[in-house]
Amino acid sequence: MDENSHILSWLTFTPLIGAIVIALLPKRNESAARGVALFASVLALLEALSLWWRFDGAYAGLQFVEQTPWIAAIRVDYFVGVDGLSILMVLLTALLTPVALLASSPIRKHLRAYYALMLALQTGLFGVFTALNFFHWFIFWEAGLIPMFFIIKLWGGDGTERAALKFFLYTLVGSVALLLVFQAIYLATGTWDFIMLRDLAAGGGLAPKLAAMLQQAGIAITPERAGMLLFFGAFLGFAIKAPVWPFHTWLPDAYTQAPTAGTIMLAGVLSKMGVYGFLRILLPIFPHEIAACATPLSWLAMLTIVLGAFAAIAQLDLKRMIAYASMNHVGYCLLGIVAVAHAAGGASAHADWVNEKACALNGAIFQMFNHGITVAALFMMLGFLEERTGRRGLEDFGGLRAVAPVFAALFGISAMASIGLPGLNGFIGEFMIFKGAWPVITPFAAVSLIGLVATAIYLLNFIQRVFAGPLNERWAKFPDLSRRELLATVPLVALMFFAGVCPAPFINLTNTAAMKLVMLFQPAVQAVSRVTGM
Amino acid sequence: MNPATHIPWIASYLWLIPLLPFAAAGVSALLPQRCRKTSAGLAIGVIVVSTLLSFCALAESILHGLEPHAGRTWSAMQTHEVWHSLIEFTWFNYGTTSLKLGFVLDPLTAAMATMVSLVSALIFIYSLGYMSRDKNFTRFFTFLSLFAGAMLGLVVTNNLLLFFICWELVGLASYLLIGFWYHRPSAAAAAKKAFIVTKIGDTGFFAGLLWLYHATGTLQFYTPDHTGALEQVTALAGLPGIMGLSLAGTIALLIFCGAVGKSGQWPLHVWLPDAMEGPTPVSALIHAATMVAAGVFLVARTYPLFQASPQVLTLVAWIGAFTAIMAATIAVAQNDIKRILAYSTVSQLGYMVMGLGVGGMAAAMFHLLMHGFFKALLFLGAGSVIHGCHNEQDIFKMGGVKKHMPITFWTYFVGTLALAGIFPLAGFWSKDEVLTAAFRWGGGLHKGPFVLGCLGVFLTAFYMWRQVCLVFLGEYRGGKARAGHKHVGQEEAETHHETAPGVPHESPAVMTVPLIILAVFSAFMGFSGLPEHANFIHHFLNPEHAPHVVNWFVIGTASALAFAGLGAGHLLYGVKPLAPDEPDPLKAKLGKLRDFLRDKWYCDELYEATVVRFVRIAAVVVDLGDRLLDGVTVGLGLLARGVSFFNFKFDEQAINCGFDGGCGSVRVIGRCFAALQDGRVQSYLRLVAVTAAILAFWFFLK
Repeated sequence: MDENSHILSWLTFTPLIGAIVIALLPKRNESAARGVALFASVLALLEALSLWWRFDGAYAGLQFVEQTPWIAAIRVDYFVGVDGLSILMVLLTALLTPVALLASSPIRKHLRAYYALMLALQTGLFGVFTALNFFHWFIFWEAGLIPMFFIIKLWGGDGTERAALKFFLYTLVGSVALLLVFQAIYLATGTWDFIMLRDLAAGGGLAPKLAAMLQQAGIAITPERAGMLLFFGAFLGFAIKAPVWPFHTWLPDAYTQAPTAGTIMLAGVLSKMGVYGFLRILLPIFPHEIAACATPLSWLAMLTIVLGAFAAIAQLDLKRMIAYASMNHVGYCLLGIVAVAHAAGGASAHADWVNEKACALNGAIFQMFNHGITVAALFMMLGFLEERTGRRGLEDFGGLRAVAPVFAALFGISAMASIGLPGLNGFIGEFMIFKGAWPVITPFAAVSLIGLVATAIYLLNFIQRVFAGPLNERWAKFPDLSRRELLATVPLVALMFFAGVCPAPFINLTNTAAMKLVMLFQPAVQAVSRVTGM
Repeated sequence: MNPATHIPWIASYLWLIPLLPFAAAGVSALLPQRCRKTSAGLAIGVIVVSTLLSFCALAESILHGLEPHAGRTWSAMQTHEVWHSLIEFTWFNYGTTSLKLGFVLDPLTAAMATMVSLVSALIFIYSLGYMSRDKNFTRFFTFLSLFAGAMLGLVVTNNLLLFFICWELVGLASYLLIGFWYHRPSAAAAAKKAFIVTKIGDTGFFAGLLWLYHATGTLQFYTPDHTGALEQVTALAGLPGIMGLSLAGTIALLIFCGAVGKSGQWPLHVWLPDAMEGPTPVSALIHAATMVAAGVFLVARTYPLFQASPQVLTLVAWIGAFTAIMAATIAVAQNDIKRILAYSTVSQLGYMVMGLGVGGMAAAMFHLLMHGFFKALLFLGAGSVIHGCHNEQDIFKMGGVKKHMPITFWTYFVGTLALAGIFPLAGFWSKDEVLTAAFRWGGGLHKGPFVLGCLGVFLTAFYMWRQVCLVFLGEYRGGKARAGHKHVGQEEAETHHETAPGVPHESPAVMTVPLIILAVFSAFMGFSGLPEHANFIHHFLNPEHAPHVVNWFVIGTASALAFAGLGAGHLLYGVKPLAPDEPDPLKAKLGKLRDFLRDKWYCDELYEATVVRFVRIAAVVVDLGDRLLDGVTVGLGLLARGVSFFNFKFDEQAINCGFDGGCGSVRVIGRCFAALQDGRVQSYLRLVAVTAAILAFWFFLK
C-alpha cells in the first residue's frame, strides 16, 4: 500500500478544483460549467474506484492515512484515512454525484453557481467521510451543509423559503451541539483526534476527565453524568442529520422542495452523514453512554421505522412519500447500530453475540450504501416525472406503463429494491440488520417488521396509481427515458442487482472494521451492565 | 451411510433446474417486444430441460432406495431414515462465521420438482396458443420463466433463507402476472392485494427464520455432520418460546404464518380469488398447481419443527379444516368459472394443510402432487372454455359446450371426477389418504377436522357437478346477453378478436394436447399411492411413519358423500337444464344463506372495515402528528430567528466579526446570491461562531 500517494487529499479536493474552475469561467461560457462539473466528478469517481481497488478489506485499521500538523497551537492535525466504516460512503458519494449532475438538466439559471456548489458539496462529503480530526471534520461537515442550503433555496420549488430555513435551523442546532461537545472534549483531553478519543474512551478515561474539567469550571458532576451530557449533545447533532424521529420534521419539506439533484444528494448521501456519525463518533467515543441509552434508542429506531412508513402511506405528494420512505429506511440502519450498543445477554442456547452484532453492523453499513443507491434512483425518476409533466401528485397520473415501459420497469425494480425484495440490494442489508438485531432487541425488531409491510403498501400503491390502470389521456405523449436519463439510471439499477446477488465483495470491505468496533464494545457493554445491574 | 461420501451427479447439478429458467428470464427481459418467438422458444426449451433434469433427480432418488450396496432394499425404505444428498456453498462471510446456502436432493425435492416442472412445461406450451395475440407476449414468457426459476429454486434448496428468497420471488412473479393486464384497474388492484396480503404472512415467516437462525446458528435444513436446523429440533423443543409454546413450536407457528399467506388459508385467503384477474394459464400454474402449494411444501419441508409441537399441529389442522369447508361453501354460490375453481383451490389447500396438521405429511404432499395435476387440468380446461365461448366467464351464460368442444369436455370431466374423489382417479387416492390421517388423529374433538373434511367432500362434488352441468350440458345460453359483459375478459376479447361471435369452438391443438396429457396424469397418477400394500409414495416421502392399513370406513364414507354430491348437483342442474336468464335454483333452496355464501362470508368487507381502515386511520394520525410536531419546531425556529436578529444587531455594534471573511468566500462563488444578502444565513453562522467563542472564552478564563 502506497501511503504517500495522498490519494484521499486528491480525491477530496478534485471536486473543489472543479468548482474553482467553474467559478472562473467567463459568463458567456456558462454552459461549459456542466461539462467541467461532470468531468471533475467522473475524475473523482475514478479516483474513488482506484481507492477501492487498492483498499485492503482484511486490514481492520485505517488506510491511506495522511497526518500532518496543521494548527499547532490547538493541536489540530490534518488527519485523514479510510477504513471499513467509511469506504462504502466514499464510494457512494463518488458514484451519486455524477448521477445527480446528469439529473440536473432542468436547472436553467445560474449554471456556474449551481455546478460549483454541487462540486463544493461533494468535497464537503468526501471530507466528512475521511476526516479523523474533529476540527477539520467539522469544517467539512458545515461545508457540506452550506452548499445544500443554497441549492434548496435558489433552485428549489415554490416553498423553498420555509424548507431552506427549516433545514438550516435544524442543522444549525445540531452543529452547535456538536461544536460545544467537542470543545468540551478538547478542553478536557487536549485532543480532537477521533482515534485517540476512541482509545481513551475504551479505557474508561474519557468521562472522568470530562467530569474533572467541569468540576474545575465549578460544576459538580459525576463522570457518568458528564459523559451522558456530552453524549446527548453529539447524539442530537447526528439524530437531526439522519434524521431520527422526532428530529425529522425538516426532512419532508427539504426533500420535497430541493431540485432533483439536491434531493438525490440529501437523501442519498447527506442522510448518511448522520448515521456515519453514529459509527465514527457515538459508538467508539461514547460506548458506555450509548449502551446505557440502548433501550430509549431502540424506541427511537423503531418509531423512526414505523412512523416513517405510516406517514409515507398518508402522503399524496409522491416526493413527500419517498422522503418519508427514506426516513423509514434510514431507521433500519439505526436499528442495527443500536443492536450493537445494546447490552446483549440473558439465557440463550447460542451466546455468539459478537457475530450477531457484527452481522447487524455490517448490515447497517451495507444498508447505508444500498439505501443511497435505491433512493437516488427513486428520486431521480420522480424528477424525470416532474420534469415531463410538472406534477407529482399521487392521483395525477395513471397507466404510464403503456407509454413508457422502460421507465416503468426501472422504477418498478428500484421500488422493489426499496421494498426489500430478495435478489436486489435492499434485502441483504435489511436481512443482516434484522438477523443481528432480532436476538438482541427482539421486541423492537419484531415491531419494526411492520415497517416492511407498510413499505410494500405505499410503494405498490405508488406503482398502481402512476403506472397501472387506464392511461391518463393527458399524458398520451409521455416520452420514455432518453439516453441521458438511461445513462444515469441503468448503472444504479445494475448495481442493485449486483449488490443483491453478490453481497460478498461489499461485506468483505466492511467486516473487519465492523468486528473491531463490536469487539471494542463487548467489554464496555459488560462493564455497564455491571454498573447498572442490567 | 454418510451422504457426503457419495454425491450422485444429478445432486451436483441440481442448481441447474432453477438457474436455467432464471437465465431465460434474464435474457428475455432484455429482448425487445417483437422477439416473440425467441422469448417463448427460450422459455419452453429451458423448462423442458429442467423437466428432464427433474426426472433424472426423481429416478436417482427412487433408485437410491433400491441400491443394494447402500444396504437398502425395497422393504428397507421402511426403515426410519430419510435420505438426503447435499451440496453447500458460502454466500458471504460476516463476523467470524459465514452464511451458507445449499441444495438438497431427497424424495421430497425430487417429487415436487418433477410435478412443478412438468406442469410448468405443459402450461408454457398451452400459453403459446392462449396468449398468441397478446401484445405483451414476450413479457409474459419472461415472467413465466422468472416464476419457474423461483418456484423450482424453493423446491431444490436446502436452506431456509434461500427458500425465503425464492418464496418472495414467486410472490413477485405472481404480482407481475396477476397484474399482467395492468391497464385494467381490477387487475392492478388484485396484484397489489395479493402482494400485500401474502407479505403479511411472509413477515411472520421472516421472524421465524430469524429466530431459527439465532437459535440453531444455521439455516441449512440438513448438513453432512447432522447439525442442520432441522436436525437440532430436539434441543429447540426443550427451550421456552412465546405463549407457552416451546421454541420449536414458536418458530413453527411463525413459519406457518408464511404458509397461511401463500397457500390462501383463512384468514389470509382473500387475495387468491382476486388473483383470477391474471390470464388463465397464470391461474392454472401459479394460483392452482404450484405457488399456492408452496406453503404446504414449506410446512412439509420444516415438518420436524411442527412435529415437536402438538399445539401448533392442532392449530394447523383446524385452520386447514375450517378453510376447506369455508371455501367449499363459497364455491357453491359463485357464477364465475374461474372463481369457482379458485375457491376450490383454497378448499383443497385446506385439505392439504389439514393433512399436515393431523400428522399426515406424506398424505398432504400426495394430495398436493395430485391436486397439481388435476387442478391445472381444470384451469386450463376453463381457459379453453373461456377461449371457446368468446371470453365469457359466467357459467350461466354457457351451456351445451360439450358438443362444440369435445376434447375440452372429456378432459374437464376427468378433472372433475378426480377433484371430486371418484374411484379410481387421482383425487380419490390422495383425498382418502388425508381423510384417513384425519380419522386416525384422535377421538372426541379431534374428529372435528375429519367431519369437516367429509362435509367438504360432498360440497366439492356438488359444486363441480353444478359447473359441469351449467357449462357443458344442456343448450348454449350465451351469445345474446354478451354486450353487457364485454368488460369481462376485455383483453382476451382483444386477443382473440378473429373468432366470429356465436357458437363456441374447440381450441387449437397447442391447447388441447396439454389438456390430454394432464388428464392422463390425473387419471392414473393416483396409483402411485395405493394404500394397503407398500404405499409407494408414502414410503418414498416419509419413511419414518409406518404405513397404515386401508380404512374401509373412511373410503366408504368419502365415496358415498362424493356420489351424493354429484347426485345432488345433477338433480338441481342436470335433470332439467336451465333456460337462458333463468335464475340459479340454489337461490330458492338456500335463500339468505346463498347471499352470504355468494358474498364470500363478507370477509373482504370485514377486513375493509377493520384492518384496512385501521391502516388508513393510523397513517392519517401519524401524518397529523407529524404536522403538529412540525408546527412546534417552526415556532421554536421563529423564536430563534428573533433571538438571532437581536444577536445580529448586537454583533454589528459590539463585535467586529471576523466571520464575515468566512462568509465572503461563499460570496465569491456566487455573485448571484445578492438576493440573499439579507443577513439571515450569515447571522446563523455568526451565532455558531459567537456562541462557541463565548463558551471557549469562559472555559479558558476559568
